[in-house]
Amino acid sequence: MTTERVIEAAGVRKNYKGGTDGAGLNGFDLEVTAGTVTGLLGPNGAGKTTAVRILSTLLELDSGTATIAGFDVRRQGAEVRRRIGLVGQYAAVDEVLTGRQNLVMFGRLNHLRNHKSRADELLERFSLTEAADQAVSKYSGGMRRRLDLAASLIVAPRVLFVDEPTTGLDPAGRMEVWSAVRQLVDGGTTVLLTTQYLEEADQLANRISMLKEGKVVAEGTPDELKTQLGSDWLDLVLTDPADVPRVVELAGPLADGEIRVQDVRVSVPVKDRTKALVAMANSLHEAKIEPEDLTLRRPTLDEVFLHLTGDAA
Amino acid sequence: MTGLGWALADSWTIARRTLLHWRMQPGLVLFNWFFPVLMLLLFGGLLGGAMESPEGSSYYELLVPGIFALSMLFGLEGTMTAVTTDVSKGVTDRFRSLPMSSAAVVLGRCIADMLDSVVTLVVLAATGLALGWRWHEGLPSALAAFGLLLLLRFALLWVGIFIGLTVKNAQSVTMVQVLVWPVGFLSSTFVATSTMPAWLGTIAQWNPLSATATAARALFGNPDPSATATWIGTHAGLAALIAPAVLIAVFLPLSAHRYRTLSR
Repeated sequence: MTTERVIEAAGVRKNYKGGTDGAGLNGFDLEVTAGTVTGLLGPNGAGKTTAVRILSTLLELDSGTATIAGFDVRRQGAEVRRRIGLVGQYAAVDEVLTGRQNLVMFGRLNHLRNHKSRADELLERFSLTEAADQAVSKYSGGMRRRLDLAASLIVAPRVLFVDEPTTGLDPAGRMEVWSAVRQLVDGGTTVLLTTQYLEEADQLANRISMLKEGKVVAEGTPDELKTQLGSDWLDLVLTDPADVPRVVELAGPLADGEIRVQDVRVSVPVKDRTKALVAMANSLHEAKIEPEDLTLRRPTLDEVFLHLTGDAA
Repeated sequence: MTGLGWALADSWTIARRTLLHWRMQPGLVLFNWFFPVLMLLLFGGLLGGAMESPEGSSYYELLVPGIFALSMLFGLEGTMTAVTTDVSKGVTDRFRSLPMSSAAVVLGRCIADMLDSVVTLVVLAATGLALGWRWHEGLPSALAAFGLLLLLRFALLWVGIFIGLTVKNAQSVTMVQVLVWPVGFLSSTFVATSTMPAWLGTIAQWNPLSATATAARALFGNPDPSATATWIGTHAGLAALIAPAVLIAVFLPLSAHRYRTLSR
C-alpha cells in the first residue's frame, strides 16, 4: 500500500462572525493516506462539517493550510474540485427529477461525454436500476442517500467527503448506506467520513480523528484509541439482584477504577486482563454464585469518547 | 471546448433541469401559466363594468398590458423559491463542488425563467386577444412592448436570485410573496394613475411596474391616461428602460457576489 497523503491540513482556523452559523475550527490538523477511510468523529458543534466544507472548497479558511492531492484548497480550488466528491448532510439531489435524470444532469455538469452510459452503470452499482425512472420524491431515505453517493462518484474522485451520511435514516437505510460506503472503499476511493455515531466510525473507518471544539484531540485506529484511552472491562451479569453487593465486594481488589452497577450487570475496570478474569471466576466459585454471564471486553468507542470529551468540560 | 463554450453548455444543462421539471410536474407549471389568466378574467369581470374607460374603449385595453407587467412581477416568486430550495437542500453546494462553470448556476436559472415568462406572455396575450384586446400600432411596435416587459422580468430575476440566495428559509419567501401584492396594486396595473389622488398617483407612477405598463400601452396603442398625468408618466418609455437597468446594475453584481461567498 502506498503512503501518499491525499488530504493534509495543518493549523486550520476558521472563526464565524456572529457565531451561531456553524462551529469554527481552532487549529485543525489532519493527514489522510490514499485508499483509507478516516472517520472524523465528534459531537454536534465540534466543527466536523466546517472541516469538510473547507476541504471541499465551499468555505474559505482564515489561516493555516489545507491541500487535496497536493493542491491548495484556497488557491487551486478548480483543481481540487476536479478530484473530489461531496456527499453532504442532506441528500443533495433534485427531488422532482428521476434518479436517472439526476445522474445524467450531474454527468453533463462534470463534462463527461458518456454521461448516459455512466448513469446506467451507477444506477446498477447502487441497486437503483428498478427505480431509475421514478421521481426521487418517491424514494426512501436510504435510496436517496445511495443516489446521492452515486452522484458524487460520476467521475471517480480521488477523495470522497461523506458528511454524516446516515443522520435521520432508519436502521435499514443505515445498513444500505454502510454497505454502499464499504463498496467504495473496496474500489480504492479515499473517504473522509464525518459522523457523531461511534458505531458508524467503528464499522467503517480504518482511522479515527476525534474532534472537540474545532481541534483533533485524539487520533489512531479504532483499536489504538481503545487501548490508549480506557481500560478493559470485566462484565458480569447476575441471576439474582441480591448477589450484587456481594459481587461488588469480591471485585473490589481487582478493580482499576470505579465499578459500575446497572440492575444485575456489574462492570469492573481491570488492568491485568487474564489474571483478573481467573481471580473473579475463583471468587465467584468460592462464594457459590453462578453468574448468567462473565465476559472480558475492550472498552467501546463510546467509553473512549466520553472519557475524552468529558474531562475538559 | 473553450471556457465560454463550457459556461454556455453548463448553463443550458441547468436550464434543461427546469424544463424537465415542467415535464415531471405539468399540473404545477400549467397553474403558474394560467394564474395570470385567472387574474385577468377576475379583475376584468369584477372591475370592467365599473371602469370609466377613456374614449369609450374596453377596460381590457388598459388591463391586459397591466396584467402583462404584473405577471413579470409574479415571476419573481418562482425564481426566489427555486433558488432558496436549492440552497437549503444542498443542491447549490453540490453544484459549487463540481468542476463546472460557476456562472452557469445563475445563468441557467436565468434562461429557464425567461423561457417561462415568454410562455406566460403568449398565454396571456392569446387570452387578451380572445377578450377583445388588440394592438393598434403594428407588430414591430407590439414586439417592442413585449421586449420591455421581458426586460422588466430580467431585472426582477436578479432581485429574485439575490433574495433567494440571501434568505435562510421558506418563511421569508412567503413574506416576499405577500409583499408582491401591494407593490403590484400600487401601480398603473389595474387603474390609470391619473384617477388616484395626485400624491398617490405620483408614487404609483414611479413604481417600475407602472413605467413598463404605461410604456407598453403606448407601444400597443392602448389608451392610458397615466401617460400624461405626471412628469414621470410622460417619461414612461425612458423610465421603462432606466428602472430595469438600475435594478440589474445593483442586483446582478450583488447576486454574483452572494453566490461566490455563499455560507462564508
